[in-house]
Amino acid sequence: MASRANLVGALVFILLAGAAPALPGWVVSLTTIAFANALVVLGLIILWRAGLVPFGQALYYCVGAYTVALLARWFGITDAFVMVLVGGILAGFVAYIIGFLLARYREIFFAMLSLALSMILYGVLVKTETLGSTDGFSVSPPTFAGYAPHREALALALYWYVLGVGALAALFVGAYFRTAAGALAIPIRDNEIRVEFLGISVNRLIHTKLVIAGVLGGFGGALVAMTIGHVDPNMSYWTTSGSFVFVTVLAGAGSVAAAFVGSLVFEVVRSIAVDLLPGLWQIILGSVLLLTILFLPEGLGSIASRLRRSPEQVT
Amino acid sequence: MNAILSVRDLEKTFGSIVAARDISIDIPALQTVGIIGANGAGKTTFINMITGYLRPSKGTIRFEDRDITGHSSREIVRLGISRSFQVAQIFPSLTVFENICAAAAIARGPANALAHALRPLRSPDTLAEAEAAIELFRIAAYRDARAATLPQGVRKLLDIAMAVVGWPRMLLLDEPTSGISIEEKFTLMDVIMTALKSRKITVLFVEHDMEIVARFADRVLAFYDGTVIADGAPAEALADPRVQTFISGTKAPATGAAHV
Repeated sequence: MASRANLVGALVFILLAGAAPALPGWVVSLTTIAFANALVVLGLIILWRAGLVPFGQALYYCVGAYTVALLARWFGITDAFVMVLVGGILAGFVAYIIGFLLARYREIFFAMLSLALSMILYGVLVKTETLGSTDGFSVSPPTFAGYAPHREALALALYWYVLGVGALAALFVGAYFRTAAGALAIPIRDNEIRVEFLGISVNRLIHTKLVIAGVLGGFGGALVAMTIGHVDPNMSYWTTSGSFVFVTVLAGAGSVAAAFVGSLVFEVVRSIAVDLLPGLWQIILGSVLLLTILFLPEGLGSIASRLRRSPEQVT
Repeated sequence: MNAILSVRDLEKTFGSIVAARDISIDIPALQTVGIIGANGAGKTTFINMITGYLRPSKGTIRFEDRDITGHSSREIVRLGISRSFQVAQIFPSLTVFENICAAAAIARGPANALAHALRPLRSPDTLAEAEAAIELFRIAAYRDARAATLPQGVRKLLDIAMAVVGWPRMLLLDEPTSGISIEEKFTLMDVIMTALKSRKITVLFVEHDMEIVARFADRVLAFYDGTVIADGAPAEALADPRVQTFISGTKAPATGAAHV
């Protein structure tokens, strides 16, 4: 099952990577942003499976983004590999510290506390003049092990880079779901008492999930910061977290690939909506969410399983 | 006769309410002990203290010569005391087999949550253990049924099967036949007790049905007002006038008798 999914994933990866030079520039940049955001959504899926919905995942996204911007600004580091790695590690560290508090809460309290923490970062960034306050500041173009592309070449390099990081993250998360800790998400969601009385700490399992989701959020933010070339406090604002939750509902928590498909569909729908109704594009986006909840409550990922009509493996 | 569980002067208070008091008992290994008492008599409080769900206000609990007083429920499970619940605690979204696989992966895996990120859920060991538990509790017919759809009796068996996959030396069953029809109670208890005896598990079970207690227990502990008022072989304990007055209801209380 896993090897067939990996084979399909590898084929799609080769197709996407190979087709890039032939694609229009706007498609390349839209896909780059969508797949970078998909990393954050992967983290949400990990938590979602355990019954947790964080409304503040933009916190880690923002930490990753500002890390990239500050590495270039303060230390002159522009290497894309170093920046993304440091961005992910720092975001993971923040998640680890916050996790001692957050892992103790569930349901609406978990959602609201995560939102509050992300809004604290937003407030701090808005008030910090040296970090550009509400305007933020620009990010130096990244280099790739000494290679410094410009314009179209940079867009293509970032596209391939995001594709590579995305593929590695997808492989990692897929493998994690097959481990005991990953697969125990459903038992945690179903019955914490039973899990505890079998001899393992639910809070510690959730803490681990928070850190993995934090690292993925940091990777996503770092990649988006390099792609857009700018960071600002809105990256930690609640509407940013809300859009990640939106994509997770759209994608569903059933599969790793759904995060990428859902994120791409979200970006395409948003782009079309803004083009069609510049002042009222949220109406289209809201309608799509409504239709998804009504007709695909388990998200876009459930289409594939419905077509296969094979019993889903839940553990 | 070596006691596997030794309890001394156990007490639990919630503010001014005394839920359990002056409990001192020794349970020898492999004994099957029936715990009886009216609602609020302290039976579940006693079980909750032994399994670490509640911390005693006073007294000590020793299991296999180790002081486990105040240990967390996770630590106590790892030391060899498992439990089932009055309302079966299962994973409703999973099938019966997946429930037991998940239980086996946790109970037979490391106590450290992080270490579970490096192990597969379905190792040959957990799969074999899950198959054995399904056979032991005779629930093979429901192997692939989603737990949410199970009849009450099978839920109870699944709950106990999940408690047993970690090979505990002692098992506490909180009302294993609650919600089960009279006709099914004896069959269910037969399956449970045969399985637990084959695994050489010391059993404490809370039960309201005196016929079940008389048939399956080697010894009876009768609780009233937070303490043990009778302790002995079933025939002896159930014949105790205080048990007949306050618990089984076969004897009318004397006028003014409220406390023992």
